[in-house]
Amino acid sequence: MITELGHFALLLAFGVALVQMIVPMIGAAKGWPGWMAVAEPAAMVQFVLIAASFGALTWAFVTSDFSLAVVVSNSHSLKPLIYKISGTWGNHEGSMLLWVLIVALFGAMAAWFGGQLPATLRARVLAVQASIGVAFLAFILLTSNPFSRMEVPPFDGQDLNPLLQDPGLAFHPPFLYLGYVGLSMAFSFAVAALIEGRVDAAWGRWVRPWTLAAWIFLTIGIGLGSWWAYYELGWGGFWFWDPVENASFMPWLLAGALLHSAIVVEKREALKSWTILLAILAFGFSLIGTFIVRSGLLTSVHAFANDPERGIFILGIMAFFMGGALVLFTIRAGAMEAKGVFSLASRESALVVNNLLLAVACFVVFVGTMWPLLAELFFDRKLSVGPPFFDKAFTPFMVLLGLALPIGSAMPWKRANMRRAIYPLRYAFLVAVAIGGLVWSMQTGRSLIGPVGMFLGAWILMGVVIDLAQRTGRGPNRLRRLFRLPGADWGKAVAHAGLGITFIGVAGIYAWTVDDIRVAQINVPFEVFDYDMTLRSVTKSNGPNYVATTAVIDVSQGGAFLATLSPEKRFYPVAQMPTTEAAIHQTAKRDLYVVIGDEQEGGGWAVRTYIKAMTTWIWIGTGLMALGGIFSLFDRRFRVAVGTRKTPVKGVPAE
Amino acid sequence: MKRLVLILMLLASPVTAVEPDEILSDPVLEQRARELSKGLRCLVCRNESIDESNASLAKDLRILLRERLVAGDSDAQAVDFIVARFGEYVLLNPRSGGMNWLLWGAGPLMLMLAGTTGAFYVRSRSRAKAPQDEELSADEAQKLRDILNN
Repeated sequence: MITELGHFALLLAFGVALVQMIVPMIGAAKGWPGWMAVAEPAAMVQFVLIAASFGALTWAFVTSDFSLAVVVSNSHSLKPLIYKISGTWGNHEGSMLLWVLIVALFGAMAAWFGGQLPATLRARVLAVQASIGVAFLAFILLTSNPFSRMEVPPFDGQDLNPLLQDPGLAFHPPFLYLGYVGLSMAFSFAVAALIEGRVDAAWGRWVRPWTLAAWIFLTIGIGLGSWWAYYELGWGGFWFWDPVENASFMPWLLAGALLHSAIVVEKREALKSWTILLAILAFGFSLIGTFIVRSGLLTSVHAFANDPERGIFILGIMAFFMGGALVLFTIRAGAMEAKGVFSLASRESALVVNNLLLAVACFVVFVGTMWPLLAELFFDRKLSVGPPFFDKAFTPFMVLLGLALPIGSAMPWKRANMRRAIYPLRYAFLVAVAIGGLVWSMQTGRSLIGPVGMFLGAWILMGVVIDLAQRTGRGPNRLRRLFRLPGADWGKAVAHAGLGITFIGVAGIYAWTVDDIRVAQINVPFEVFDYDMTLRSVTKSNGPNYVATTAVIDVSQGGAFLATLSPEKRFYPVAQMPTTEAAIHQTAKRDLYVVIGDEQEGGGWAVRTYIKAMTTWIWIGTGLMALGGIFSLFDRRFRVAVGTRKTPVKGVPAE
Repeated sequence: MKRLVLILMLLASPVTAVEPDEILSDPVLEQRARELSKGLRCLVCRNESIDESNASLAKDLRILLRERLVAGDSDAQAVDFIVARFGEYVLLNPRSGGMNWLLWGAGPLMLMLAGTTGAFYVRSRSRAKAPQDEELSADEAQKLRDILNN
């Protein structure tokens, strides 16, 4: 019954979305306030209906209702409750439902917080947002209905993929979707502004919080996924340049560019048409990502989607939205004339450089991801593009970005005196070079990654500190002024510091990871680099829905006891799949990462030990980037603007 | 969701990749083998190198590669040997020959193109005249006077 209600609510939501797409758009064109006003209640009703539908599906998972096909193939009665809930989005149908839920959520939030928007713009934004909802609701209802019933319900389910039964992964998809779909809001604003034919500073200010929110969620989502891969996959990789990963990385890069260029629109009314184009493309890459994951085109063997019908449907959606938006863009781009004048050396130019590097880096990832497909289609060459390519082709852009960042963020708006802007950074640069040189001379091997990464990290971090110090001005009370800096300034500082720290972590893990593979006998000590390790025991035990093999390994260093590590491997009998749970001992300098392998024929167990340099820095850096975004999101000016707009409106009745 | 999907395939069995019995006794050769295997694709896996994979085919390839190195092949000869048998698809690091120059050149070319466009834009901005602020309309001027006189 609840299931049927959920299905019905989804159908109703489709109807409401249709109304929300058409009526306010006509209202805005004709200037009919009543028609435009339909948008807000429609957006909220649409959200409530989809939420109800999603709730119904979650309920089916929680109660293990095996009359639903999705529940059967993705759940099991013995599974812990949290993974029953996360199983709701651990499959194609449910995750698409989460997708439209978030589209509707953003629409409802725009209706809720959009009080200060001009009526026509708000109506158009909500109508465009609804059109995205319509497309994906149709996709769900026509090709991937989560509510289809089994004719003969089985006794139990086939279990969720064991790899997904992990806290890191339970919350990875919702964050990622909030990010992907959050970019739909920037897209809706861009298309609405194109229809309106008006892009000004106010538009930049409105679109920025949405982009920022999407970017924060993407950062957290990608970070969670990466962290999960690191500890769960058993060899400590954190990034694979897989098409599916690139699919989330490309929108992240473009969203990063967009939230910088929107500042230029807001403060200086320049870069307008480029910002609009970025907003369209950023969501376009979200759609491409969805297409890559669901079509199975690039990834021939794939868990989600081997259904060409679905792929073609999404391709159609993508063609419609991108084609439509880009045509609109070419027609209207001329109307968006830049106003701000700035010189070659200025913050504006620096942000142009930022955008260039991020956008071209995204383009490189895009070409690398699509190349195997293109090469096969056009040149009849079946080839692979893997991590070695991306490492070489992508990294230079990040190096340039890191080099330019402290200089760019020290530049004032409009017209900078280059020498005066760079002057305070001179010692920072020298110290950073010295750090890089020191690392170069201390490391074994001749890899450049380590020294360059340390140099860039130190350079960015010191640049951040100097920038903050300068913002407090001169004279007494500088500390107090430091803490009173606007949220945006703190956001910038924290997010940039996060990037620098991430650079350090990534360079460290690439440059100085070492590993050791050996057969360990019980209670026979062995030496791995400068650690003394002893395999104490290996025991088997039963988890809720798996069988675990757990090893106990004592680690000491220089005679002093360091830690007892318990790497584990699990076997999930229902899904017939093994997983690894690495044991990790973390310090700021390195992670000691231990994995237990198979029992050997001649006795003993395979033990793999990795010493991963600076890995913790990656997670801290990613977290700081997200935190910086949050600081920036809570900047006063996004709220002050609300207040100043409302005052005159209140004044009207009094006259 | 993106990543988990990849993982599903990545890991037919995630336990170990290189196994203890495969390791060569000569540490220099072993190091070369490890480096080379990071650039060779496990053909039955998804985007995974034979160094990381636990598939039996990856294991066979690792052993084959080590045999070639022990037999005295240079790095390039050993890789060529494998490419000759399994095709270009096995290389995770695509070669730059043929139309692949497009792949390798895409980034630098795009950077030059975008850089030129950006430079022209910035130059045009630095030469543009700031638009004159529009005059207030009579209505607006009246309002302003009212406010100022209050």
